[in-house]
Amino acid sequence: MNAQQKLRAPSRWRAWEIALWVLIWATPVVFAQHAALVNEIAILALFALSLDLILGYAGIVSLGHAAFFGVGAYGASLFAKHVMPDPLVGLVVGTVLGAVLGVLTSPMIVRGTDLTRLMVTMGIALVLLELANKFDNITGGADGLQGVVMGPVVVPFIGRFDFDLGARVASFYSLGVLFVAFLLLRRIVHSPLGISLQALRDNRLRVSAIGLSVQGRLAAVYTLGAALAGAAGALLAQTTGFASLDAFEFHRSADVMLALVIGGAGWLWGGLIGAIAFKVMHDLLSAFTPQYWTFWIGLFLVVLMLVGREKLFRPWTWWRRGSK
Amino acid sequence: MLTLLFDGIAYGMLLFVLSLGLAVTMGLMNFINLAHGAFAMAGGYVLVVLMQQAGWPFLACLPAAFIVTAAAGALFERTLYRPMYGKPHLDQVLFSIGLTFMAVAAVDYVIGSQQQNVQLPDVFRHRFEFGTGAWQLGMGAYRLFIVVVCIGLALLLQALLSRTRFGSRLRAAVDDPRVAAGLGIPVNRVFLVTFAVGSGLAGLGGALGADILGLDPSFPLKFMVYFLIVCAVGGTSSITGPLVAALVLGIADVMGKYYAPKLGAFIVYVLMIAILLWRPQGLFTREGGR
Amino acid sequence: MITRRQHFATLALAAAAAASAGLAQAQSDTVKIGVILPMTGQSASTGRQIDAAIKLWVAQNGSKAGGKKVEVIIKDDAGVADTTRRLAQELVVNDKVVALAGFGLTPLALATAPIATQSKTPMVVMAAGTSSITEASPFVVRTSFTLPQAAVSIAEWAAKNKIRKVVTLVTDFGPGNDAEKFFVSQFQLNGGTIAEKLRTPLRSPDFAPVLQKVRDAAPDALFVFLPSGQGAQFMKQFGERGLDKAGIKLIATGDVTDDDQLNDMGDVALGVVTAQHYSAAHPSAMNKKFVADFQAAAKFRPNFMAVGGYDGMRVIYKALDASKGAGGEALLAGMKGQLFESPRGQVLIDAQTRDVVHDIYIRKVEKKDGQLWNIEFDVQKAVKDPGKLK
Repeated sequence: MNAQQKLRAPSRWRAWEIALWVLIWATPVVFAQHAALVNEIAILALFALSLDLILGYAGIVSLGHAAFFGVGAYGASLFAKHVMPDPLVGLVVGTVLGAVLGVLTSPMIVRGTDLTRLMVTMGIALVLLELANKFDNITGGADGLQGVVMGPVVVPFIGRFDFDLGARVASFYSLGVLFVAFLLLRRIVHSPLGISLQALRDNRLRVSAIGLSVQGRLAAVYTLGAALAGAAGALLAQTTGFASLDAFEFHRSADVMLALVIGGAGWLWGGLIGAIAFKVMHDLLSAFTPQYWTFWIGLFLVVLMLVGREKLFRPWTWWRRGSK
Repeated sequence: MLTLLFDGIAYGMLLFVLSLGLAVTMGLMNFINLAHGAFAMAGGYVLVVLMQQAGWPFLACLPAAFIVTAAAGALFERTLYRPMYGKPHLDQVLFSIGLTFMAVAAVDYVIGSQQQNVQLPDVFRHRFEFGTGAWQLGMGAYRLFIVVVCIGLALLLQALLSRTRFGSRLRAAVDDPRVAAGLGIPVNRVFLVTFAVGSGLAGLGGALGADILGLDPSFPLKFMVYFLIVCAVGGTSSITGPLVAALVLGIADVMGKYYAPKLGAFIVYVLMIAILLWRPQGLFTREGGR
Repeated sequence: MITRRQHFATLALAAAAAASAGLAQAQSDTVKIGVILPMTGQSASTGRQIDAAIKLWVAQNGSKAGGKKVEVIIKDDAGVADTTRRLAQELVVNDKVVALAGFGLTPLALATAPIATQSKTPMVVMAAGTSSITEASPFVVRTSFTLPQAAVSIAEWAAKNKIRKVVTLVTDFGPGNDAEKFFVSQFQLNGGTIAEKLRTPLRSPDFAPVLQKVRDAAPDALFVFLPSGQGAQFMKQFGERGLDKAGIKLIATGDVTDDDQLNDMGDVALGVVTAQHYSAAHPSAMNKKFVADFQAAAKFRPNFMAVGGYDGMRVIYKALDASKGAGGEALLAGMKGQLFESPRGQVLIDAQTRDVVHDIYIRKVEKKDGQLWNIEFDVQKAVKDPGKLK
């Protein structure tokens, strides 16, 4: 293979990727009983994908990603309640709001150390939580925003689909948005921008040394991640019919980070696989021991970190000593 | 107004004792240890268990809380934390979150999730009041006790740091571990002792604060933010930095909740973000420090 | 608009399908009840109490009602409304439950109400206390209580007992708003003055600064509403700040002197006057047996949440008897209008509002046999939810 072919190779669709996507699209039918869970997995996967962009590809450690999620959720719900109940338009509103917040906060995250960034991102999520709580005449405060009735999803040339009790339509809707986001990110990651992002993650100093704008790239990727997180939040609000302060809570930021780490940050499938693994594990463990799910996930994390994150998905390295 | 100031100072001093271990760990080992709150919680539960099950008097339980959590800290450092030192910060964050989850669930399982009630000895239930009206200064005896203990600890630690050999070894190791090791300072042992003492302080703080802050399995998750704020704002290379940061945080929190209750916690977060944007390295870091 | 009509048609179809499914299910031998409780998280004590109460009911009354075998499925939502809604959806669609029950907090009940309406499944609220919950769906039946009932009663009592100036302190959410609104209006109606209205956040409240404010306002009494579980921390701070010594009486709704935590609060709780529908010290034969059996099985004292769960099961069982094991509208009709004796006293499920009508007792915390109890000394009979009358 010459250099050009080698560089292009990752961007081609592999057979297993296509197969996986076919399987994914089939889940709301195959697992019709668990369509609500499939919906939640799709939303978490989108959320994790958005975090992957800023964490896996740009190296920004953020414990406050829920800020964008919550903004998207409340934005979409308020839009549906007061303006129009069309889900697709509401989705766009949620995404745009996420992006706006991302643009506003990106100057804050480019400065300082890892710890500072951690604190600032957490702080932003906490501030938004308090704001949502304070303006409870708009947001419903601790009781949550009730009374959001969504209209049908209008897919051109295919038809109108109302949200049903069995969550079938909801899961297909979320999967659709996830798929579009996945395609979009695939294009970006394999573009020059994407490659420069990976360089940024690996060595920021060198990137600026070769004349690329670090601030601009960081801001761009942060905004895009924020926009996608906003979309995920909008999906949650639309498919469940309400929005609550829980969307801003720390555990949301922590959960999505866990899901991403389980799946592996730095590659696109990481978010999806991690979301599936996380939610399924949660559902299974909660059925046995509702309280002690946190214990086992904590243990899993500790072991995973001690062993080494990258090693989990490369089983052949488990027995090879001395390799990185 | 003065009462509020006093309350804020008491709260701040408590936060200081709780956060100091975290600050030193971060400054010394460059390790973001989010499980610090779990050590604090452990200290609180040691106090509760000893008082309720074994009938120990309150004052005897405080040193016990310190010793038990210090020992636990030493054990964990040697076995679990040491392999994590060189790893990227994200791994450390996730590792310590994992430990925290385990601690929270373990406590929930063994003891249960209800709020723990600490029965303070009667001598602490008094209240001293001076003056009247807006300038009245009311000091609860317990809060006074906390302030005195924490000031004592701060002075003791400062003396340890600047007057003892261990202290100078610690300061050397913080500035540059490699050169320190090259000079023959047993850096690993310094780390171990420091981590143990830091965790012990957290445990003591948790025991002291159990009455005021409340104690239940979600304690680490609730208060971790505050500890991190103290470290981020106060910097990690001295004792005075976190002290001042903790006092500011405590006073701002209490005043905020009194004068602007609708905003309350919001003020603290905005303040923190503002300070971090102005001085990303923290308010008190020396130039060139990490 | 076509869209809305289509939407309506789809809903109607879904409802018809669910109803027929419900009827089809009634042909089989088992009926299932889906109980969603916060077994973990902030409101875990509520979940614990109701869970124990349900187990006690089944142990005492068996697993048969309406000629069918009854299976109770208990799920944990950890107090997160998204989870409650998803669990309710799964219970209705997958397990085909004939009734939903539980709901530890207002937002959890409100989030589930649309599902009850859509699937025509009666929803028995055993814990949440905001007035508007029963209006969220025609299928909501409540066996717990409403805050306005207690708030209005204590306001009456206060006005008649030389309390002129009051500061109110409530938690900032649905039941808190209800408590404040109705206490204030009733108290002012009787000629009292409200010096200040204070709020604390639902999560991790810090009582020190707000109690300082109370101290500064120097009222005759402080009226408090806090959710179940925060009472102990509050009482400690109240004592520590010297408010009782400064002559400020503490009056509250019974959630503050929750039987679950009361005994651990210590002597600082003595003398606190509260209004509520249930005290574990209620001197009726049925209650004595209830408390004894409950403590024998669960090792802790039952509180007002437990009695809501116990009575909720009673309502469901008797309704199943009336509907001969069917669900849907028939089951709902069987629930409305039930009049029975409960460990708390007499209870009526109002046929119009589907809300609970019961006696509200005024109690004082006293020590009996070395333990703290809420001893009832006055009663307001058959209090309807004032929130519906307005």
